[in-house]
Amino acid sequence: MTTTTSTDELLSVRGLRKVYGSGPGATEAVRDLTFATRAGEMVCIVGPSGAGKTTLLRCIAGLLPPTSGEVTLDRHPVSGPPEGMAVVFQDYARSLFPWLTVAQNVDLPLREKGVARAERRRLVAESLDAVGLADVPNSYPWQLSGGMQQRVAIARAVAYEPRILLMDEPFAAVDAQTRADLEDLVRDLWHRLGITLLFVTHDIDEAIYLGQRVLVLSARPTVVLEDVTVDLPETRDQLTTRNDPRFHALRTHVHGLVQQAKRGEAARRAAA
Amino acid sequence: MRNALLGLAGVAAFLLLLETVPHTGLVDDRYLPPFSEMARALGDSAGTAEFWQALGDTLRTWGTGLALAFAAGTAAGMVIGSVPALRDATASTIEFLRPIPAVALIPLAVLLYGTGMEATLILVVYSAFWQVLMQVLAGVADVDPVARDTARSFRFRHRTRALRLVWPTTLPYAVTGFRLAASVALILTITGELIIGTPGLGRLIAVAQTSGAVAPLYGLVIVTGLLGVVVNLSARLLERRVLRWHPSVRQETAR
Amino acid sequence: MTSLTARTAVTPARSLGSRLRHHGRRLAVLLGLPAVLAALWWIVSERAGNFFFPPLSEILAEFGPTWFDGRLGHDLLPSLGRLAAGYALALLLGVALGVLIGTRPALRAFAEPVLEFFRAIPPPVMVPILMLFLGIGTTMKVVVIVSGAVWPVLLNTVEGVRGIDGLLHDTARVYRLRPLTRLRTVVLRGASPGIVTGARQALSIAIVLMVISEMFAANNGLGFSIVQFQRGFALPEMWTGIILLGLVGLLLSLIFRAVERAVLAWYRGQRQAQRGGSR
Repeated sequence: MTTTTSTDELLSVRGLRKVYGSGPGATEAVRDLTFATRAGEMVCIVGPSGAGKTTLLRCIAGLLPPTSGEVTLDRHPVSGPPEGMAVVFQDYARSLFPWLTVAQNVDLPLREKGVARAERRRLVAESLDAVGLADVPNSYPWQLSGGMQQRVAIARAVAYEPRILLMDEPFAAVDAQTRADLEDLVRDLWHRLGITLLFVTHDIDEAIYLGQRVLVLSARPTVVLEDVTVDLPETRDQLTTRNDPRFHALRTHVHGLVQQAKRGEAARRAAA
Repeated sequence: MRNALLGLAGVAAFLLLLETVPHTGLVDDRYLPPFSEMARALGDSAGTAEFWQALGDTLRTWGTGLALAFAAGTAAGMVIGSVPALRDATASTIEFLRPIPAVALIPLAVLLYGTGMEATLILVVYSAFWQVLMQVLAGVADVDPVARDTARSFRFRHRTRALRLVWPTTLPYAVTGFRLAASVALILTITGELIIGTPGLGRLIAVAQTSGAVAPLYGLVIVTGLLGVVVNLSARLLERRVLRWHPSVRQETAR
Repeated sequence: MTSLTARTAVTPARSLGSRLRHHGRRLAVLLGLPAVLAALWWIVSERAGNFFFPPLSEILAEFGPTWFDGRLGHDLLPSLGRLAAGYALALLLGVALGVLIGTRPALRAFAEPVLEFFRAIPPPVMVPILMLFLGIGTTMKVVVIVSGAVWPVLLNTVEGVRGIDGLLHDTARVYRLRPLTRLRTVVLRGASPGIVTGARQALSIAIVLMVISEMFAANNGLGFSIVQFQRGFALPEMWTGIILLGLVGLLLSLIFRAVERAVLAWYRGQRQAQRGGSR
C-alpha cells in the first residue's frame, strides 16, 4: 500500500458511494471508494467490466454528483468540472465536435481559458505535433481513422495544460498496434508534462505497463480490492518491460485479484 | 407517463389561457372570444348537416388527391429510379418543377374548373406528388449495389427485379413519402377550399369570415387543426405499422 | 451530386477534346428534357388555339411588357420584402424558442402537444383570424408568414437539440465552456441539421403564405397581380405571373441549397464516413 502524505496530495476520494435511481429499482454502482493520488502520479484503475469504473471517473470529473462521500482536488470539494482538469473519453468519435476541424477542436478550450492568440497557435501546433498529427490540422475528425481521432482528443487534453488528466478506457476501441503506440505516447507525455494521470482500463497488462500504482476494483457494488504498487523501472518500452519477470509477477497477482472480484460477483448472484 | 401528464397539463394551461385572456382586456374580445364561446360555437355547428357535409367533402378531396398522388408518385419514381439514363435526363426537370409553389396554379385551376372539387384536387395532387416521388427516388437509389449486381448476373427479369429487390428497399421510403404527402395534401385541400371556394371546411371558414361570425371561425380553425393532428398521428402510426415487419427496422431493433 | 464532383476531379488527366465532349454530354443531359418539354409546349400551344393555354410565344412576348414596366418594383419587390421579413422572423423565433424548449426536457413534454396542434393547423386558415386583428396591411401579411413558417423551424430545432450527443455536452462541461460559447459552438451547430430541415419546410410554407395573403386582400404583390389577371381573363399575363412565381420558387430553393451545402458540409461528410463503415 502506498500511503500518501497529505502535503503533496492532489486528488482525494473519500467514502464515495453512488446509487442510481431510488426505491426498490435502485442499483448501487459504487459502494465505498477511498483513495488518494499525489501530484505527478500515474495511477491506473482496473476492475471487471461493470465495476463502476466509468461512474467513478465521472464523479471525479464533476460530471456526476455522488450519492455520498466526497471528492476533493487540492482540498477543494469537486461539485462540477474543476479548473485544470481534462478528460479523454472512451468514445473518441463522439467526444470531438464534428463541425470543427482538428485544430479548432484543440483550440476551443484554450480560447475559453482566455489564452492569447499567439500562445494558442503555439500550443495547438505543439500538441498536434506531439501526438503525430501535425499534418492534418485542417481535416475534420470524421475524416481520420479511429486511432487518429483518439490522438486528437489527447492533443486537446494536452494543449489544455491540465494539472490532472483523466482517461476513461481511451484505447478500448482502437486496434492493437495503434494501442501500443498510444500507450507509449501517453507515458511520454506524462513524463514530459509532469501532470497527474488517472487512467481507467479493463486491460490488466495496459494498467501495469503504464501505471506507478494500480487500483484494483471489486465487482459491483464497487470497493477498492487492493492498491498495487508497480515497482518496475521508470523507463519502459513495449518489449523489455512486458518481458520483465516482475511484470509477469504483477500481472499474475492483479489477474488473480480481478478473477476473485468476478467470483465474488458470481457468488453474490448465486446467493441472491 | 410523466411526459404524458406534463403534455396534458400543457394543453390545459393553453386552454385556460385562451379562456382568460379575452376577459382581461389585453386583446379585443370581439376578435378573440373566450375558449368556452369557441367551443359552444363549434358544438352548434356540429349539430348542423352542413358541417358534416363539409367535413366529408374535405376528407374526400384529401383522400382522392392523396391516392392519386401516391399512385402516380410511386409509379413514376420506380420507373425513373430504375433506369439510370432516365434518372439523369429527368433530374434537372424535377429540380425545376418541384419548388414551384402549388398555389401558383390556383388561377389556372379556377379558370378550368371554377369552384368544383377538381380545382382543389389539382393543387393537392401536384403538391403531394413531389413528396412521394422524391422519397421513392431516394429509396430506389438506396438499393444495395451488390444485390443489384447479383440480380443482374442471375438475369432476373425486370418484373422479378422490381418486386423482389427494388420494391422492398423502397417501401420504407414510399411510406415516409406517404406520410409527408398526407399532411401536405391536407394543407392544400383546406387552402383550395378557402381561396377558390370549393366545397369543404375551408369554404365554411371563408363564409364565417365574411359574415363576421368570429366564434364559429375559431371553432372551424380548431377543427382543421385537430384534423391535421389526426392525419399526422395516423400517418405516423401507419408508417410504424408497415415498417415493423420490414427487415431494415427489425435488424435495428434486434441489434 | 457527389458523382458529378468526383467526375470533375478526374477531368484534368484527360485531353481537351474528351473534356469538351464530357462537358457537352453533361450539358445535354441537364438541358435535354427541359428543352424538349419547352419545344413541345411551344408547338402544342401554338396549334391548339385553347383560350386557357395561350401560345407560349405569346406568353413570352408578354413577359417583358407585363413585368418590366414597373411591376417588378411595384409588385414583385414588396412580395419578396414581406417574404424575407416573415421568413427571417420565423427563423429567429423558431430557433430561439426551439433551443429554449429543446434544452429543457420538462418544458418540452409540457409544450409539445400544443405545438404539434399549431403545426397541424393548415397555415392559410390563420389568414382570416389574423385579418381580424391586423387588418389587411403589410403587418398582417408578414405575421401570416411567421404564423405558418415558425412551427416547422421550432419543432425541428427541438428535435435537433435533443439529438446532440450527451458526450459533447460532457466535453463542453469538462473544458468549462461558457454558456454563450456552449450555445453557439455546441447547441446551435449541433442542432443545425434539424434547424436546416425545419428551415427548408418553412421556406415553401412561407412562399405559399406570401401568395395566399396577397390573394385574400392586397393592392400589390405577385399573388395579387396573378389573381387580377385571372379575373380580367388576361390569360397570357396570368401565365407570365405563374412562370415568374415558379422562377422565384426555383431561385429561392437554389439559394437555400447553396447555404445548406455550406452550413452542413460537416454533417454530410460525417454521414458518408459512417456509411462507409470502414472507420
